[in-house]
Amino acid sequence: MLSTTANKEAVENFSEQLEVKGRSLWDDARRRFFNNRAALTSLVILGFITLFVFAGPMLSQFAFDEVDWGAMHAAPSVASGHFFGTDSLGRDLFVRTAMGGRISLMVGVMGALVAVLIGTLYGATAGFVGGRTDRVMMRTLEILYSFPFMFFVILLVTFFGRNILLIFIAIGAVSWLDMARIVRGQTLSIKGKEFVEAATVYGVSKWAMITRHIVPNVLGIVAVYATLLVPQMILFESFLSFLGLGVQEPMTSWGSLLNEGAQTMEIALWQLIVPAVFMVTTLFCFNFIGDGLRDALDPKDR
Amino acid sequence: MTVAEKELLLDVQDLKVHFQIKKENAWPWTKPANLKAVNGVDLQLYAGETLGVVGESGCGKSTLARAIIGLIKATDGNVLWLGQDLTELDDKALRATRSDIQMIFQDPLASLNPRMTIGDIIAEPLRTLRPDIPKQEVSDRVQAMMMKVGLLPNLVNRYPHEFSGGQCQRIGIARALILEPKLIICDEPVSALDVSIQAQVVNLLKQLQREMNLSLIFIAHDLSVVKHISDRVVVMYLGNAVEVGTADALFADPQHPYTQALMSAVPIPDPEVEKGKDIQLLEGELPSPINPPSGCVFRTRCPHADAVCAEQVPALSGSAEHQSACLRLDALQAG
Amino acid sequence: MTLLNVKDLRVEFTTPEGAVTAVNNLNFSLNAGETLGIVGESGSGKTQTVFSMMGLLAKNGIVSGSAKFKGQEILGLPERELNKIRAEKIAMIFQDPMTSLNPYMKVGNQLAEVLVKHKGMSKKEALAEAVRMLDAVKIPEAQKRLNMYPHEFSGGMRQRVMIAMALLCSPELLIADEPTTALDVTVQAQILALLNELKRDFNTAIIMITHDLGVVAGACDKVLVMYAGRTMEYGSADDIFYRPTHPYSEGLLKAIPRLDSVGEELPTIPGNPPNLLSLPAGCPFQERCHWVQDRCRQEAPALHNFDAERLRACHADANQILEAS
Repeated sequence: MLSTTANKEAVENFSEQLEVKGRSLWDDARRRFFNNRAALTSLVILGFITLFVFAGPMLSQFAFDEVDWGAMHAAPSVASGHFFGTDSLGRDLFVRTAMGGRISLMVGVMGALVAVLIGTLYGATAGFVGGRTDRVMMRTLEILYSFPFMFFVILLVTFFGRNILLIFIAIGAVSWLDMARIVRGQTLSIKGKEFVEAATVYGVSKWAMITRHIVPNVLGIVAVYATLLVPQMILFESFLSFLGLGVQEPMTSWGSLLNEGAQTMEIALWQLIVPAVFMVTTLFCFNFIGDGLRDALDPKDR
Repeated sequence: MTVAEKELLLDVQDLKVHFQIKKENAWPWTKPANLKAVNGVDLQLYAGETLGVVGESGCGKSTLARAIIGLIKATDGNVLWLGQDLTELDDKALRATRSDIQMIFQDPLASLNPRMTIGDIIAEPLRTLRPDIPKQEVSDRVQAMMMKVGLLPNLVNRYPHEFSGGQCQRIGIARALILEPKLIICDEPVSALDVSIQAQVVNLLKQLQREMNLSLIFIAHDLSVVKHISDRVVVMYLGNAVEVGTADALFADPQHPYTQALMSAVPIPDPEVEKGKDIQLLEGELPSPINPPSGCVFRTRCPHADAVCAEQVPALSGSAEHQSACLRLDALQAG
Repeated sequence: MTLLNVKDLRVEFTTPEGAVTAVNNLNFSLNAGETLGIVGESGSGKTQTVFSMMGLLAKNGIVSGSAKFKGQEILGLPERELNKIRAEKIAMIFQDPMTSLNPYMKVGNQLAEVLVKHKGMSKKEALAEAVRMLDAVKIPEAQKRLNMYPHEFSGGMRQRVMIAMALLCSPELLIADEPTTALDVTVQAQILALLNELKRDFNTAIIMITHDLGVVAGACDKVLVMYAGRTMEYGSADDIFYRPTHPYSEGLLKAIPRLDSVGEELPTIPGNPPNLLSLPAGCPFQERCHWVQDRCRQEAPALHNFDAERLRACHADANQILEAS
């Protein structure tokens, strides 16, 4: 032994006094993220929007599908209780914006979740197993890529009618493809790292290899990409809604509100502006947060 | 002690590692090219000794190491570990020998998982191969090992990026040693480190070797370091061992023209010596291992090559202390 | 004639973690036809030194002091004038040749472009000159290689192409940043022999940045030893190698194993290189120095003359260090 027992005890006593807590890469990233003003502001604003979307309808005396016969195309006013005005059928825009926001945010978050779950698993498996499995899985992915999804969605809607579930299916189906590719690429590069070789040398099992060595090291990229995916999904949903393929009336989403607002913008501009402001702000926030996350998790690439 | 009296740990017999390389724009049905990374190498390693493997990039030294430890599948040949052929064992049987052979890598930071604390990193081999050891003992062993390699045990909760290159290499060494292996394969363990740190790591390896009766396979491109640490040395060129010998014999009297050129090219930190030195510059470039020269692989760059070298493959020959694979050896020594 | 004179060069970086002084009060001078070796470990500021002179610092870098090239101040020169000097008077080669070669352009065109732009040659003349230059750096079949892309060359050949490119406008000063670190020893020997030949034929001054003392011994007339951004010792190669008066240069020389000697245990420099963000007060080398005194912990040693040719920054008595070694 290099040191005697007494020596060792002395060092141990000494070390207990200054047992050092390490800063993990996650801690570092959190610190960097909270130092990023734009990302932090976006996070706060997004918090408020989420709060509005879920609590907003309770603050209003109107329901989202309730028609106020006395106020059609009414401009925003505090006195009447229609804070954001009403639409062409006299439904309160304040409540409808909140309800639409619920759908839009839900679609965005669900899309991202599906992407993270399926995409990460699919990509990590393909990348880690490699060989023939990898080739088959990636070719399958390419076939799915070449599938005309817009056409697919139109077909679904024509056959089964407009339904929120269909939108989830459609969005879920497209969202994970990119994620799977990204994760596979990352897995391949991590697989070539020496710490994975080292783990192989002392016999770490496949499962432990994926959960302990691969997944924690791709999570950073996954988190960034998932955050940036949310606005994409929101946009995709609004695009579907704008085409009239979105949720069933009287339910609504930001996309359908925009669609309706666009038709009446010459006489009632607020019907377009209100949902547009909410949507644009949300998209901005998600993008800034994603950007902040990327800077925080990957400081070298700044 | 003579060679015969020592315990033979590792006996590598005619090891070949070939990779199938597909050209980028080839059709799926075209036959892939055969890259001969290691092409028939014999090695013996005895208990407690250090075997140095030197050669330039592309000579197959890292592939050789990975084939011995099983990270890469050998195409042909045997790797006998205490008489047992590792190339024929399945994964399960291999686990038993895992704790006997461990490895240290070139890039100290890349060989540590950045998301794990160094305590977990060092403990992982124990937790994987000896799940029966109680937690407290694992943590005791980790702390003892950290002190052994010169790290303060209070740093267990730190992460790799908080350490310098030299310290990361110490962590890698601790991880390799925690299973108390008999053999450590060191793949360029000091070439990514600063000059002042290299000596520390080399000394540490030597000291641990004495304390734990380790055998080392020390792979490096730096001849000075290899000379300093090794008992015996293998010089590799293009997948072949061209010269083998005890460090003293080989460095005192390099026989193979490649070894001679290699040694003369090593810069020596002494202006007088450097200015008066006669460097044998090698002509041409390293041939592709996909299409190695016929006969002697070194003949395309060898100043002494003649017609025979293109036809015959030289075998290692010489005394037990010093062997080289050169067809023109007798002629050269006579002339 | 003094070609380059550097005085009190200082480079600072502003980082989110605080200001970092990468180079501190650096002084050296270089004559035509001389080779200066700048030696140091990673993070010692050797690369930032030349980057600051060439105007290549990252955006958050601030340089102060003076660097006079043939009497002309080159620090803080406007981009356009600096470009002229960089192209025609001072050339630079890097550790990784791919950083300065365009991967999508044939080597011949890359070389010719420089000549067309800076020497006003016609394309045809320029290509002929490019062949001549590739011949000069001993690239076989130069004519054929003009039509090849950089990735078709081996590492050593690529480095030769880069040297050829650097020498096209016959610069008076060549800065080589770790030119052989990525190469094998036999290739390194070829490149070093080439650089020595070029120095002799063109009388080019060279600044060679490296961590390898063996390379310095073979190629350099003067040596500047850096540690944590500071000069530790500066003098002729013979003085530094045979009579080091600084504990760091002495330790560095002893710590490298040599092919021409046998030794059991290598003498080491204990500890690790310091973090530039949290340098100790006083001498940056104090924690690893076996000559350390109380004074070293309070006051950074100033650079002072040991003899006419040599500068050192150490509180310990030079003669004692000389005697001990």
